[in-house]
Amino acid sequence: MLTYAIKRVALAALILFVVMLAMYGMVFLVPGDPASVALGPRATPALKAMLTERMGLDQPVAVQIWRFFANAAQGDLGIDVWSKRPVLDQILEAFPQTLLLGVIALTWALILGITLGVLAVVYRGTFIDRALGLVSVSFISVPSFVVAIYLLLIFAVWLQWLPAIGAGKAGDIPSQIKALILPSIAVGIGWVGYLARMVRASMLEIMGANHIRTARAFGLPERKVVTRYALRLAIVPTISVIAVGLGSILSSAVFVETVFSRPGIGTLITGAVFKRNYPVVMGTVLVTTAFYLLVITCADLLIAKLDPRVRDALAR
Amino acid sequence: MNPPLLEIDALNITYHTDHGKLSALRGASLIARAGEVIGIVGESGCGKSTLAASVINLLPQAAEVTSGAVRYKGQDILALPPDAQRALRGQDIAMIFQDPMTAFNPVLTMGAQLVDFQHAAQISRAEKLNRARALLVRVGMPDPDLTLRRYPHQLSGGMRQRVAIAAALLMNPTILVADEPTTALDVTMEAQIIHLLRDLRRDYQGAILVITHHLGVVAELCDRVYVMYAGEVVEEALVDDLFHAPRHPYTSALIACDPGHFDEPTPILPTIPGRLPDLRNPPIGCSFAPRCPIASDICATRPPRVQISPTQSALCHKALHVGQLVTESLL
Repeated sequence: MLTYAIKRVALAALILFVVMLAMYGMVFLVPGDPASVALGPRATPALKAMLTERMGLDQPVAVQIWRFFANAAQGDLGIDVWSKRPVLDQILEAFPQTLLLGVIALTWALILGITLGVLAVVYRGTFIDRALGLVSVSFISVPSFVVAIYLLLIFAVWLQWLPAIGAGKAGDIPSQIKALILPSIAVGIGWVGYLARMVRASMLEIMGANHIRTARAFGLPERKVVTRYALRLAIVPTISVIAVGLGSILSSAVFVETVFSRPGIGTLITGAVFKRNYPVVMGTVLVTTAFYLLVITCADLLIAKLDPRVRDALAR
Repeated sequence: MNPPLLEIDALNITYHTDHGKLSALRGASLIARAGEVIGIVGESGCGKSTLAASVINLLPQAAEVTSGAVRYKGQDILALPPDAQRALRGQDIAMIFQDPMTAFNPVLTMGAQLVDFQHAAQISRAEKLNRARALLVRVGMPDPDLTLRRYPHQLSGGMRQRVAIAAALLMNPTILVADEPTTALDVTMEAQIIHLLRDLRRDYQGAILVITHHLGVVAELCDRVYVMYAGEVVEEALVDDLFHAPRHPYTSALIACDPGHFDEPTPILPTIPGRLPDLRNPPIGCSFAPRCPIASDICATRPPRVQISPTQSALCHKALHVGQLVTESLL
């Protein structure tokens, strides 16, 4: 298990290294140099030279790459071209907001999705199963930003129950919770449908397995058969999907945060892209990638922890 | 004679499949008394596993009991409310399943599962573990403590089948149903498991039902045998009578085709020509007639159940003349 954990972490580090290289390479592949793009068409050559020097773009490529890695390793992701603030500080301000949104959205999506999936299996073939299927597929099909806009219209504009924009007042927990409700619904709703379908499919397969028949043949209560014998096993493939989900929630946050004008990674990255603020774009992508890798690595380790067969296969 | 512990009475079971209704059991009847080991033999698809599943009413969803009864100590199990049926499972009637590879939950330890299986017992977890440990010793597991900590995939097939037998004995059931207990095992393991079952039957008070397609298992273990063909019990006999004086042509053919019965190498392994009838449209007459070497015109009509002796009967028009006739025609 420990060897496996080390292997997984090493692999994650390697992927991160490749992503950083690729990202740096892209800056050179994009037509025009970052300095002139940042300054616009009317910049004077002197101004351009100054910015080029400040961004370190006058140095040889190898030196640039070395600096980039060395700085990143020390937690220095560069300076925001516009605000002159360290990129890392901005990310550290924005990231928890997005993470909070993602975790809350995924948590309720998980609870509801797994419940609906299990219900569909318990009532398989009945009206309830078909209705849940229809609801799940509709949830999956509607993009999160469309949901976000309608939620805004209904609950913020017409009913005026919940705030339309922002993240709530700093220090005022109830207002922050209120501000989270609509965005977390918008982000999580597709996942409810997706998880419900997934849990249903994997539960259906497992409920037909011989060991479920064994559990029943020993007269175990059906509730225990479903939760302890089937769900525990059905959850395993769901974990890796949830990990990927948390990653993609970071990207769907781009839309939702824009619609609800919430501070966060999404707002940060869209703003930076519009202003050609390369250090911020790169820093954000880097942190997101690192986070994503962290989640996926944790998921792999968790699966190995939950499924003894995986654990033993890895030990060999 | 003891009153029957288990009585299956003219049971009809139909499967609803995508290709129509399939009659899996057609009027199958069986009686098991305390202390008896009953064999149920037949080829794949003859309904023997359906019969086994009906004993604890663990039939697949597609199955429907159209008529008949399964009486346990005189009470019709199939008519009991679901909770009362569930209360019997594992406690009064226990199953040993065919495939030890998939019979246990892969993410729970053997100990956890063996404790779960005793859910109805009002004893502490430690006592349940002790009971599991004692039974693992009984079925010949060398290191019961280690076994309890193991996951199913960490045990070999033979060991898992031993654990499955120990599991079935946990609640001291009155009826033990072993559905193909040795089919998934290699020959050495099979011999060991048969040996274990023989050993267990000596001090077992209840009835054991052994479902198998292997005549060797029947000869080794059973007192009485029911031979099944196409959803019907075609012959019922004491084990000696079955092997020495079979009364149904299908039984004769089965024995004639059993590789274990040849002492010398044969160039050709005899087989029963033809296939099982289509159970979506079961024949009106004898269902074995199309494959039967001694069939004649009369076999197109419904065969009678001919009582040869108090312990032997056969579902055949020619039950009184079957014997050497069939064996010769196959070789």
